[in-house]
Amino acid sequence: MSDDDPQSCPPDPTRRKFLLTTGSSVAASLVGAYVPALANSAAGGSNSAAAGEGPNIEGTVPITLRINSKDHQLRVDPRTTLLDCIRETVALTGTKKGCDHGQCGACTVHVNGRRVLSCLNLAIMHDGDEITTIEGLGTPDALHPMQAAFLACDGYQCGYCTSGQIMSAVALLKEPCGSDDAAVKELMSGNICRCGAYANIVTAIQQVRKRA
Amino acid sequence: MHTFEFIRPTDSAAAIAAAAQSKTAQQGADVRFMGGGTTLIDLMKLNVETPARVLDINRLPFDKIELMPDGGLKIGATVRNSDLAYDPHVQRDYFVLSQAILNGASAQIRNMATVAGNLLQRTRCMYFRDTAMPCNKREPSSGCPAIAGSNRTLAILGASEHCIATNPSDMCVAMAALEAKIHVQGPKGPRAIAFGDFHLLPGSTPHRETVLEPGDLITHVTLPPPIAGSKQVYLKLRDRASYEFALASAAVVLTITSGNITRARIALGGVGTKPWRSPEAEAALMGKAANDATLRQAAEAALRGAKPQSENGFKIELARRCLTHALRTAAAS
Repeated sequence: MSDDDPQSCPPDPTRRKFLLTTGSSVAASLVGAYVPALANSAAGGSNSAAAGEGPNIEGTVPITLRINSKDHQLRVDPRTTLLDCIRETVALTGTKKGCDHGQCGACTVHVNGRRVLSCLNLAIMHDGDEITTIEGLGTPDALHPMQAAFLACDGYQCGYCTSGQIMSAVALLKEPCGSDDAAVKELMSGNICRCGAYANIVTAIQQVRKRA
Repeated sequence: MHTFEFIRPTDSAAAIAAAAQSKTAQQGADVRFMGGGTTLIDLMKLNVETPARVLDINRLPFDKIELMPDGGLKIGATVRNSDLAYDPHVQRDYFVLSQAILNGASAQIRNMATVAGNLLQRTRCMYFRDTAMPCNKREPSSGCPAIAGSNRTLAILGASEHCIATNPSDMCVAMAALEAKIHVQGPKGPRAIAFGDFHLLPGSTPHRETVLEPGDLITHVTLPPPIAGSKQVYLKLRDRASYEFALASAAVVLTITSGNITRARIALGGVGTKPWRSPEAEAALMGKAANDATLRQAAEAALRGAKPQSENGFKIELARRCLTHALRTAAAS
């Protein structure tokens, strides 16, 4: 296997896990409440999240979020965006926070099969909705065709916008979109890539569309 | 973001009763309806909007697009922008509306944003969005730093000495040209508002942007029956090719019979303090031959009242050319 092959990497070598194992005492003093949630997730957790996940603080409200076909019973402050809830409460950190103001697309997820910006949504509005994040799309052993195409076409550089790009691209497959590159560029314009990997992103998407 | 109480009213009567307790339905409202959230959540994060109560209306029954007996179209308040743009009736009979919506925002935002929310979209003026700065729209009588400051993207039509903020909506420009009606249910019952009467000029009260009063809930928008054979174009000019607000845009609905213009509805975007219908351009077109001279005269007429700010004088010529090009495209279609 080549070094580029994601399957040759050690299982789940995230920076987050590395930090948790090497700097747990520092992390615990700095980020307090978030560490247990992250540690549970990093340890694999159970398939059904504990009832009332998240601290029971005055003003928080109970909601059930269905993310990647799994129900999470949570307590959230009504101000919590869907993005912060996914990342900090449920500890699915594949979805990224870029601008946090609906201008970059890094936080794109699917709600009931449609792509939306999780930063301009409140978690509390999505009680009962079907939410899909990049973690629900494929696994390192069984990549979604769009994930595989981004790898094959080098559709990224730093990778920060990539999960948003891929979530957008997968949704685009089901949207009215002309067959040419210009149509793809127009419908992908809500996902900004500061590295400028746009040309390869379009190639990856077109590759998947042609094979479909 | 300030704390707020999140409420999901079970029916519109409950929503209206809760919202009627607000002191205002305008800037600074202490009760807000939440649709897609694309404007409201953004402004709440900036502390520009600080409602004490947020009413989620997404599960009220306002999510349908229906053909009316007279042939017009009824569009529910919470219909998503993308669903409206791709609706077969809209694509066939109100193409200018489909084009305008698809020229706005991004696919993700169009999937979230509602029709009623787009009607109430707020300005992108940087001083309005920054609570460290004065702004007459956000804080009455605090001043307008945009007039002597950064105003390249701001209004050349409809401004006052108190506010020069641009209305950023694309959808509204097309709806102005299509003569849509906005239907509101309020504490005193239902009423319909002509599109041109819905948004207010800033004058000395820029914090008042619409005629809505506390408790007024937009339930739907109606479009009049389609005009057979009308030629429709939406043209938008901006700093980048996509995912950007208009510097100038034009919505054009023309009927041309035997080479003569027999009906014209014209509206401009990106240049006005409200979606800018131009009766001057319409009058310049009516009954005339659809030739280049006529179209240029109409564009001249549309911008005759324009007043530039220190950085946006270019918008006058840009808007003129935008409208001329849109008219030419429509006439040639």
